[in-house]
This record gives sequence, C-alpha cells and structure tokens, in this order.
Amino acid sequence: MSAATWGWLVLLFPLLGSLLIGFSFRKIPPKVAGAVGIGAIFLAFLCGIGALIAVQGEPSESRHVASSLWEYASVGGFTIDLGIYVDPLSVFMVLVITGVSTLIHVYSYSYMQSDEGYHRFFSYLNFFVFSMLLLVLAGNFALLIVGWAFVGFASYALISYWYRRETATKAGMKAFVINVIGDIGLVLAAILIFRELGVVDYAAVFEKAPEVFSTNQWEVVAICLLLLVGAFAKSAQMPFHTWLADAMEGPTPVSALIHAATMVTAGVYLVARAHPLFELAPTAADLAAWVGVGTLLVAGTIAIVVTDLKRIIAFSTMSQIGYMFVAVGIGAYSAGMFHLMTHAFFKALLFMAAGSIISAMANRQNIDHMKGFGKAMPFTAVMLIIGALALSGFPGTSGWFSKDEIIDFASFRGGMYEVMAVGMLIGAFLTAIYSFRIIFRILPGKPCDEAQYLIDNGHVVHGEPGNPATGELEDTEVGYPGEEHHIAEQAPGMKIGMAVLGFLALVGGLLQIPGVDEVITKFLEPSFEDSIFVNSHPTVAEAWTGLGSGALISIVGIFTAWLLYVKKPGIPSRLEQRLQPVHSLLVNKWYFDEIIDFLIVNPVKAFGRFSNEIFERYVINGLTSGTVGVIRSAGGAVRDLQSGMLRGYAVLMLFGVVGLLLYFLIRSI
Amino acid sequence: MTEVAFFVGAIGAIGGAIAVVAMRNPFYSVLALVVHLVFLAGIFLLLRAQFIAAAQIVVYAGAVMVIYVFVAAYVGGIEEPMFDSSPMLRIVGPILAVALFVEISIAVLGSSLTALGTDGSDKIQGGFGTPEAIGKLMLEDFLIAFEAASLLLLVAAVAAIILAGRKKAQKEAA
Amino acid sequence: MDIEWYLVLSALLFTIGFTGVLIRRNPVVILLCLELMLSAGALAMLAFSRMLGDQDGQVMVLIVLVVAACEVVVGLGIVVAMFRRRLPLDVDDMKELKG
Repeated sequence: MSAATWGWLVLLFPLLGSLLIGFSFRKIPPKVAGAVGIGAIFLAFLCGIGALIAVQGEPSESRHVASSLWEYASVGGFTIDLGIYVDPLSVFMVLVITGVSTLIHVYSYSYMQSDEGYHRFFSYLNFFVFSMLLLVLAGNFALLIVGWAFVGFASYALISYWYRRETATKAGMKAFVINVIGDIGLVLAAILIFRELGVVDYAAVFEKAPEVFSTNQWEVVAICLLLLVGAFAKSAQMPFHTWLADAMEGPTPVSALIHAATMVTAGVYLVARAHPLFELAPTAADLAAWVGVGTLLVAGTIAIVVTDLKRIIAFSTMSQIGYMFVAVGIGAYSAGMFHLMTHAFFKALLFMAAGSIISAMANRQNIDHMKGFGKAMPFTAVMLIIGALALSGFPGTSGWFSKDEIIDFASFRGGMYEVMAVGMLIGAFLTAIYSFRIIFRILPGKPCDEAQYLIDNGHVVHGEPGNPATGELEDTEVGYPGEEHHIAEQAPGMKIGMAVLGFLALVGGLLQIPGVDEVITKFLEPSFEDSIFVNSHPTVAEAWTGLGSGALISIVGIFTAWLLYVKKPGIPSRLEQRLQPVHSLLVNKWYFDEIIDFLIVNPVKAFGRFSNEIFERYVINGLTSGTVGVIRSAGGAVRDLQSGMLRGYAVLMLFGVVGLLLYFLIRSI
Repeated sequence: MTEVAFFVGAIGAIGGAIAVVAMRNPFYSVLALVVHLVFLAGIFLLLRAQFIAAAQIVVYAGAVMVIYVFVAAYVGGIEEPMFDSSPMLRIVGPILAVALFVEISIAVLGSSLTALGTDGSDKIQGGFGTPEAIGKLMLEDFLIAFEAASLLLLVAAVAAIILAGRKKAQKEAA
Repeated sequence: MDIEWYLVLSALLFTIGFTGVLIRRNPVVILLCLELMLSAGALAMLAFSRMLGDQDGQVMVLIVLVVAACEVVVGLGIVVAMFRRRLPLDVDDMKELKG
C-alpha cells in the first residue's frame, strides 16, 4: 500500500473509534468501550508504522506524497482538496501522537474506571487523537485550520470533562477562548497566503513562496506573525500561555496526552511545517525563538515556586515547548522535533506518575502535604525519578540528548543566538531544580497520613469527594470524578503505560547520538532538505562539548535542589521571606493573568457594560421603540383594511412584489 | 398542431385553477386541482419534459391528491360563506393579483431577450427530458440535492406523524 | 409555440393561485392554491429549461415537487391536528402571529 493509503487509515481508525463509542454508550459495557478506544489508537499506530515503511521505501527525493479524497470546495478556479500530505515530518508526528496516545489510553483504561462518564471520556479522547492526526496530516492550510479547531474543541471538552465542577468548566472556556484567538490568527494567515499566492496546498505554497516573496518582505512577515499567533496560543507561549496551567483541571490522562505530549506541540509542528515561509521572514523566526526563550525562563521560575503538583509539571511543559520554539525558530528543525518526541515521553510519564500520587492523596494536589511516597509507592517513585532525570537532562537520558542539541545549534549560529543559548542553559538549570524539587519533596521522609494508610492497608484513602482547587464538596455522579481511585502500583493498565514510557524516556535519546547514529535527523531530512540550514550543523566535537556542559548544568541543578530541599530545608522558606516581592511575583505567575485581565478582559467587559447600559438602553432601545412606534401606527392603519392576519400578510407581500416589479418595469423603459 | 395542444392544455389548466379557487366545497377543489394538474402535465409534454409530466401525474395527481381527498373527506365539507368578513381583502387582493399578472406579462412579452421568442427546439438534443437523462443528472451532478430532498421528505413524514399523532391529541382532549 | 406564451400562462396560473390564497379561508383550499402557485413556478422553470436546452431546470422541478410534497404532508398534518382539537378550520381564527 502506498504511504497515502496508510495515512488515510491512520485518520480512519480514531474517528471510527470515537463515533462507535460515542453512539453506542448505552449498549456496550465500559470495559469494551475502553478496549475499543485503545484498539482504535493502536491500529492507527500500526498504520503509522505502515506509512513509515512505505515512506522509507521510496527514494529520498520522492518521500512527499499528497493525496486527495475529494474536492472540499471549488470556487472560481480555486479549489481546496480534502487532501493529506504524507512526508517524513508528518509520519514522525503521527508515530509520536499515536504511540504516546496508545499508552495513555491504556493508562486511562485503569485510571478512569470508576468514573460515570467512561464512554464519554474515551469518545472524546479518540476524537482528540483524530483531530490531532488531521492537524498533522492535513495537506493544505484549509484542512489544517479544520484540524486546528477540532483539536481546540477536543481540548475544551476534555478540560471541562467534569462538567459539574465550576472551576473545570471555567478553565475549559478560558482555554477555548485563547485557542480561538490563535485560530483567528491562523485563519488570517491562510487568507493572506491565499491572497498573495493564490493557493493553499502546502506543496504549492512552499514552491511559490520563494518566487513571490523577497526576504523579509512585509507580506511574508505578516503571514508568519499570524501563524505564530496561532502557534503561540495552541502551544501556550507568552502571552497566550495562561490557559495551560488552568487546563490542569481536566483528568490527569488528559493533561498527559493533550497538555503535555501532543496538542501543545502543534505550534512547534506548524512552524516546522511552514519553515520555507519562516526562512523568508527571519524576523518572525527570530521572534519565535525569543518568545521561546522568554517563555522557558518565565515558566521555569514559576515552576520553582508553585505548590500544585500538576501545575508544576504544566509550567515545565510550557518551558520545554519554549525550547522547541527556539529550535524551530533558529532553524534546528530536526532537533526541535526530536525534543518534541522525547518531551512527549518524559512529560507524559511525569503526568502519569503524578496522577498515581494524586489518586493516593485522595485527589489533593499540593506537594506540601505529600511525603514519603518513595516507600508507599516504589514503582511510581521510580517512574517519577526517571521522568525527572529525563526532564532535567541527566546524562544518558533522552532529555539530555534532545535539549542540548538545541542549545548547541543556538551557540553554533553565534551572534544573538549565543544569548539565547545562555538563556536556555539558565532554563536548564531551573528545570533541574524544579524537577528535583518534586522528587525531594514527595518521595523521601516520613510518610504522610495518606501514604502511611496506603502502606498499612494496601489501598488508597477514600477522602470526601471534593474539588481540590476550592475544597467544595462534590458527589460522585456523572460530571464529577468517580469514587474509586487507582494507583499505578495496583492497576495493571497504569503500570503498563508508565513502564513503556519510562523505558522510552530513558533510552529514547539513543536514537540521536551526535556522530553515532542521528536517526531522527536523517529520517526528517527529506522534509527539511529545502531549508537553508540543511547543511550547517555543529561538528561532532562541538556537539559533545555542548552535551558535556549540559550534563554539568543538570547535575549542578540537581545538587542545588538536593541542597535546598533535603540538606538544608530551611533555605527555601528563608529565601521566601527575604525575597517576598519576588516570591509573590512568581507565585502569581508574573501576574500575567492580572495583566491580561487589566489590558484586555476588563476593557472588554467595560465595553460590554457600556454597550449594555448606555448604548443598548438609549440608542438601540430608542431606535427599536421608535421603529416599533412607526410600525405599530402603520400596522394600526393597515389593520382596518383586513380581518385575517395571515392573509393580510400575504396581501402586503403581494403589494410589495407588485411595487417592486413596477419599479423595475419603469426603470427599464 | 402544437398551438392547438397548447391552447387546449392551457384552457384546461386555467379552468382547473379557477375551479380550485371558486369551488365552495374543498372536496371539489381537490378534484379541480387534479384536472388542472393533468392538463398541466400535457403542457409539460409540449416542453419535452416527459419524465416530469409522468412524475406529475403519478406522484402529484395520483399520490399527493389522494391525501388531499382523504383529509378533505375527514374534516368534512365545510362550506365557507362566499362573502368575506372583510370585503376589502376580497377587492384589493384580486386587483393586486391582476396587477401582478399584467406586470409579468409586460415584462415577458416586452423583454429584449430574443430567445424568449423562439420555441427553443434548436437547442434541444436527442435525449432531452427522458427518464434516462434526468436520472443521470440526478444521480451524478445533483446527488447531494437529491439526498437532501429525500432527507427532507423523511423529516416531513416524521413531523406529520408527530403533528397529527393520535396519542397527544387524545391526551390534550382528555 | 414560443416560450413567452408558456411564461404568460405560468404567470396567469400563479396569480390565480395567489388570488385563491388571498380570498379563501379554509386551510385545505389555501394549501391547494399554494400547489397551484408551485406548479406555475414549475411550468416557468420547464419553459426556461427548454429555451436554454439545459435539463438542470427539470431536475429543479423534481426537487420542487419533493418540497411541495413535504409542504402538503406537514400542512395537512396541521389541518388534521386542528380538526382533532376541534379548532375552527379558518385561517382568520389563527391569530397567534398577531403582534
């Protein structure tokens, strides 16, 4: 089979799975629904491998396949096909998405078992995977927008999955609104591309762009900036990042799948996909890289001080996506995609382990309360440590290879990119501290009550069901989390999912050892062969020097964390008091929410109030009541003519038609 | 020959139409409409629309009118007073209608479209209007419209069942 | 026959139908008059279809036929429902649209 056929099959299975589970939720038992969900994604993964084999079987210059099922729209010589584009980049994304999704589905199979909305969850989850695959496989900007919007909706539905929890529905709305801002950017970019180039198919756009645009011409810069608005909103980069931390209101597997491994990396994929445009607009590409640096530093500093376990990981996600944006902004595309892949592994793993611990804590997420889980949950603890090691770039783990490759490339390009490299090294240091802050806070020490209960009784505490964010009490009916909680030690599904990811997070980096194999770079090369950076790489020696310094930074960072949280646990609180303003700045997430409220939300609200109270009341109401008065008196006049309402209207209509025709007749004379 | 057929058809159709409007008993109105439709189908034949003409007779004059007959019989022949409660409507309505007819006629007869003055036979190819040609068009170019129309029929059928359903009516009457 | 005669016939049938809608009060008869107007429209469409030698107009007429059937089904459904509820069968008594 050709690569395109495999591509269509990849799309087909999750869609079928979603529809099947969604429409037959009364008929099939939850276990079957879960199995169908897992099976659909796994089949998609197998088809992804089929596509990989088919693509690799072609000679390197013909590894781009576009395929179209039918015309989506055809207007005045301009057609949009319902088409997909299969090349190494999209196959790579498909494999990462379906692979990680399969594992997360397996994890959810156990994790969500007591939830009343089990079918709904799997249906949404499969729909999400379908949309994400549509996004990466789309063959033109129009279909990309469709996938992009579907993904936004799926994210909204899954964040608000516990729909009776007010904080969750609000978080979902926030995510949706910010994502829609991004969608608008993307739509405008597509319109501008069409206006300038007259086509929307990827292949045609990228072929025509260098002929039409000169470097840094304003049109292409505008297109790239609009694309970046979309990418930033989806990928939670500044200033559109505020939704991601709130999105942690969703179930933990959702955080792992959507808000760590797949959806939030869509922006990175978009920039990598549109790299021919960004290379024509270096200004926009540099902006992407700078925003990436800014985000990774801001998010890193926030992650050091927040105490909500899932939010720490969420901020670290933002920070890691910052690295990816730097990578694709400076032209290290394959390094960015490589980091995307390893990040998917270790971040999903961290979320899964966090979910396991949160379950044992009866849904409480504050790390100040967690202690001694190393003893209570050894398997989860090992997985958490693997995840943290990979995240902080400990030598030998996947994160080490991928993150330092980006930093190497930045310092290789020199100039202002050197500054970015320094920023990223600082970010790496912060990463090591906050990831081991989690480890040192919750694993060692005397077990807290919940952990002790688990050790003594062999099952988890059943706390009062309640909202961890507000402490409100809840029931366990549909729309709220279920009653039973599962932890990785005892639920086989969770254990399998985490074990595989743990293995991948450890050894995934070996795919791309500088000077040894470099599988990813070679595989992705056909997608980026038109790039101007295709032949500029750091030498092997430079790469290893970078890896060495990265290793040093990460070990120093871990040591610092050990010093702060184990050896001298008094220091953090003293620092907190000493640097009160800094601490509150960080705890309040640099006041981004407040700034956005002040700059955008409040003016919009004020405008809304103004419209409602002044404009609506006086102008609109005045107009309407005036109109009503006129109509009423006219109606009163007409009413004398007729007794039957319905036929009266018919007469009026006829009167209008006759008058209109008369007008045309007179004009034509 | 065509002229004769046209005028016979036209007179029949107009007569049927006037009878529909003028009959006091709805039952006779329905029968008049059947007459009208049959004559109109003849005119359709003159326009080389064989399939439509057949469909008109079978579906319209056959099936749809049967429903009308049933309903008219069911609700009974309610003879309404010929003189309306609001005589203005009875006068203004027809005047406006006649005005409309005059305007359209002027527009058609005075139009500068020369094609209106031909009978169009030079443009027509062999299979024009045959079931084969129409069927091909329906299932190739207009498949979506065709499917949408079938869906609409289904929805209308369901709506009618709900509207005239016995259960609800009885419940409310009780 | 020239096309314009068909169009004039169509206009005449249409106006007869419209007059019926205006002067009759029995909903069944009003529906019948609507049928008249629809078939007048169909006649015009067929005439144009012949004039242009394009069969698309004929397909359009078929679709109109379907729409008319739907209208009949729903309309008569309403009539039957009115009759069941012992409402007077007179459109002048249906004044819920009154503003």
